[in-house]
Amino acid sequence: MIYLELFLGFLRVGCFAFGGAYGAIPLIREVVLSYGWLEEETLTYLIAVSESTPGPIMVNLATYVGSTQAGLGGAFLATLAVVLPSFILILLITSAMAAVADNPCVKAVLAGLKPCITGVILATGVCMVLNRCRALEGRQPVDLRAAGITAALGLVLIISARVKKKLSPVKLILLAACMGLVVYGP
Amino acid sequence: MKAGAVTAVMAVTEVMSRPSDLGQLFKTFIKIGVFTFGGGYAMISVIENLCVEQKQWITHEDMMNITVIAEATPGPIAINCATFTGYRQAGFKGALAATAGLVTPSFVIIFAISMFLDHFLEITWIAHAFWGIKIAVGILIVDAAAVMIKKMKKKPLPLGIMTVSFVVILAADLLSRRISSIVLMTAAAIFSLGLYLIKEQRKAGKI
Repeated sequence: MIYLELFLGFLRVGCFAFGGAYGAIPLIREVVLSYGWLEEETLTYLIAVSESTPGPIMVNLATYVGSTQAGLGGAFLATLAVVLPSFILILLITSAMAAVADNPCVKAVLAGLKPCITGVILATGVCMVLNRCRALEGRQPVDLRAAGITAALGLVLIISARVKKKLSPVKLILLAACMGLVVYGP
Repeated sequence: MKAGAVTAVMAVTEVMSRPSDLGQLFKTFIKIGVFTFGGGYAMISVIENLCVEQKQWITHEDMMNITVIAEATPGPIAINCATFTGYRQAGFKGALAATAGLVTPSFVIIFAISMFLDHFLEITWIAHAFWGIKIAVGILIVDAAAVMIKKMKKKPLPLGIMTVSFVVILAADLLSRRISSIVLMTAAAIFSLGLYLIKEQRKAGKI
């Protein structure tokens, strides 16, 4: 019955995980701890692993928990369960959107939401960079190497946009990985 | 379980070898899946680059709408975007192909990690590379926001809402408090709807 439990547990995560990856962590924590799938410590470690590997954190966690609890089948079911609710919901919304998009009230709501989310996204990015530039060891207030990488990447992006075409996100990530390897040394 | 894996692999190769929209969607979203570290807003940049600029499957306006919807509905933003783009491009099957493509890389990687690597992050070179990647992710998110600002109407209302939400989230983070973006979005929606209704009433009053 572990399969059913995995499916239902992660269906719950998929249904109620509002507010992106970090908003969802309290809910994920509650589910995996209540079923006894993970220890608190493993969960913290896993969140760090999820951040360092591609893909949505929720999907990563579902795959990991499913795999450790019930092998490949478990991983598959848990991943399916976490994706299913948003998949169905978006299908419904997308097919209904054309009908309501011209409603003036809907337009007014969207006109408020769009700049708000733009501000939220801008702040999230700025916070991420700032937090990374805070020193790791805590001896200095600023991690100079991180600040250096930030400046270099920012310059590369701006210059490439001016001169030719803006560097693609994929290339920027690869470049950043190389810089991390070189700057922080072997 | 092995039979299941074989069928899955066969289905995947079948989709990939088809030179149709579905194969294109699947392949593109695999690429997006591989390069969305940290989840969430970072992938907006990648999707904007691949689906809006390169493939022109959706418009920037679509992207903006889906970001708003994604934030207001449960589930990872990346999944929401994939389902939406796939559906726009090729209906239900397209939504399926795009979503499956997005999930596949993280599924494979995490599955491998869960089997073989107990101390993944203790491998120092991975940790070092990731410190660099984290900065790039932050910059990409800022860049995604910059693109949105560039295309935004420069009127007092949107600019005001944007500035307020930016300052609130930034201040909350600096003070180590957490503010749900949903609260902010609800407030912005109510505010904007209220303004609209008041305007309408005034108009009606004048006539």
